[in-house]
Amino acid sequence: MDSHIASQPEVSESDVVIEFTDVHKWYGDFHVLRGINLKIHRGERIVICGPSGSGKSTLIRCINRLEEHQRGRIVVSGTELTNNIKNIEKIRAEVGMVFQHFNLFPHLTILENLTLGPVWVRKIPRSEAEKTAMYYLEKVRIAEQARKYPGQLSGGQQQRVAIARSLCMKPDIMLFDEPTSALDPEMVKEVLDVMIRLAQEGMTMIVVSHEMGFAKSVAHRVLFMDFGRIVESNTPGEFFDHPQHERTRLFLSQILH
Amino acid sequence: MKETTMDDIAPPLTRVGIIGWIRMNLFNGVFNSLLTIVIVLFLWYVGPPLIRWLFVNSLWGSTSVACRNAAGACWSVISANYRFILFGFYPYDLQWRPSTAMLVLVCLLLISRNRRLWKKWLLYAWGAGLCCMAVLMQGGVLGLTPVESTQWGGLPLTLLLAIFGLAAAYPLGVLLALGRRSKMPAIKILSIVYIELIRGIPLISMLFMSAIIFPLFLPEGVTINKILRAQVAIIMFTAAYIAEVVRGGLQAIPKGQYEAAETLGLNYVQTMRLIVLPQALKIVIPPSVSILISAFKDTSLVVIIGLYDILKTTQSVLANPEWMGFSSEAFIFLACIYFVCCYTMSNYSRRLERELGV
Repeated sequence: MDSHIASQPEVSESDVVIEFTDVHKWYGDFHVLRGINLKIHRGERIVICGPSGSGKSTLIRCINRLEEHQRGRIVVSGTELTNNIKNIEKIRAEVGMVFQHFNLFPHLTILENLTLGPVWVRKIPRSEAEKTAMYYLEKVRIAEQARKYPGQLSGGQQQRVAIARSLCMKPDIMLFDEPTSALDPEMVKEVLDVMIRLAQEGMTMIVVSHEMGFAKSVAHRVLFMDFGRIVESNTPGEFFDHPQHERTRLFLSQILH
Repeated sequence: MKETTMDDIAPPLTRVGIIGWIRMNLFNGVFNSLLTIVIVLFLWYVGPPLIRWLFVNSLWGSTSVACRNAAGACWSVISANYRFILFGFYPYDLQWRPSTAMLVLVCLLLISRNRRLWKKWLLYAWGAGLCCMAVLMQGGVLGLTPVESTQWGGLPLTLLLAIFGLAAAYPLGVLLALGRRSKMPAIKILSIVYIELIRGIPLISMLFMSAIIFPLFLPEGVTINKILRAQVAIIMFTAAYIAEVVRGGLQAIPKGQYEAAETLGLNYVQTMRLIVLPQALKIVIPPSVSILISAFKDTSLVVIIGLYDILKTTQSVLANPEWMGFSSEAFIFLACIYFVCCYTMSNYSRRLERELGV
């Protein structure tokens, strides 16, 4: 995990896959996102950190419209997010998401969890979907559990299944919302390992996480958010060694003991 | 060295076997001992006379005159009138038809108990069974004498009202529950108004409305079958209660399930059908069955609009001067029929819960 696993992606304007322009969001009166401007390129891996309530989860949940923004523009893969259902469906088909609490479907087996999306949304024949599912289960090293139910698996295993479930939809972009925060400490590594392997394959990843080791080894850019703004955005090296802002320094000192 | 574990020592005699059980369950403490004694005394005084009345001194096939002089129960009131109690005014010679229809129904229900048989052919079997039952009851085809629905009565009517009522009310209730949680204001308000309105009205008044007020709104010459009207009233009434129970189940499903489904790209119908309802309905099996059981018993309220369900046919028998006064026996018989039906339902629900691991 020491050396950086990939160089910066070839950056050109045409490769922008996600673009936030002056995005604002309110929960009632509470101003969660206060003017977010952000460009994410194909193949780029971004780790977002910040204190709780800073809006980092809300930010990535806006990307696949789990949350609605009220001002500004969000463009994902050339499609702007509006109330147009067709656009939302198109974007959701390209964006996978992994949640803090896994959100596996408890009444379905692991295999059924993985084939549900491909069969019902992508209309892929079940046998083919199962083949794909087994491939990804193999990849997250959990194939032998395919016939079990989520409740029979450990937290780390469940989260790896959740990652595999997203991958079965063949997404271009993967969002991770605090994927290791709900895990027991000894299970964090197995999930991070899967994510690192995904990174090595060039997946565009946006990860809300406080796993600084992961950020250092995998991220191209680390964002620090506070009070609904992106306070600092830098390469991991610069971010950890020479934080520019006082708040970033304070935050880092608190989490890096 | 001899190994001693706890298992090696036999428990004291007063803790095992019959004596142990009696001590543990009947005489553990002063209060329980007193309670046991009181109950035993009660059974001692009540039990033997009850058994004598029920079985020893009872008459099973006598005339009513013989019954008047007997010391025991007069089961003759049942044996002499069971055809009328069970089938009402359905023509006596044709009563094999409702019997067969009920037999078909019971067979279908028994087969459907097994979830492993819930396949397409079972659906077809139900379709065929329902047609078969309709033909048997109604007649008019295949050389069967037609029987007006006004002549239907007794147990077939009760089962008809109950089973079709419940089968139609459940899906309607689920739709209402979904409607009440809908983001679309019109649907939401409509569902809330419906549910609250119906729950605010007693079933009896709905039945009255269906029997008396509703026909006033129909154009001249148009009549809708009375049984159908009562059936609709029962469906509407039960659906409102089921809706609230199902809503409780829907609220128990974590938000993350919806989000995961959305993220996968499932649409509303798919999310509900594949993710939310299977989990929500599983949670609400116990309260749903309570509602179904009480709805089943509530079908007896149709007596007030003059339908001859099994309660009304029993009352009619008792109104006959010949059998007047033997109401205990008749109602015990009736209670047994209701109990068998309701207990079967509750038993099945427990089995479902076990199988689904609620």
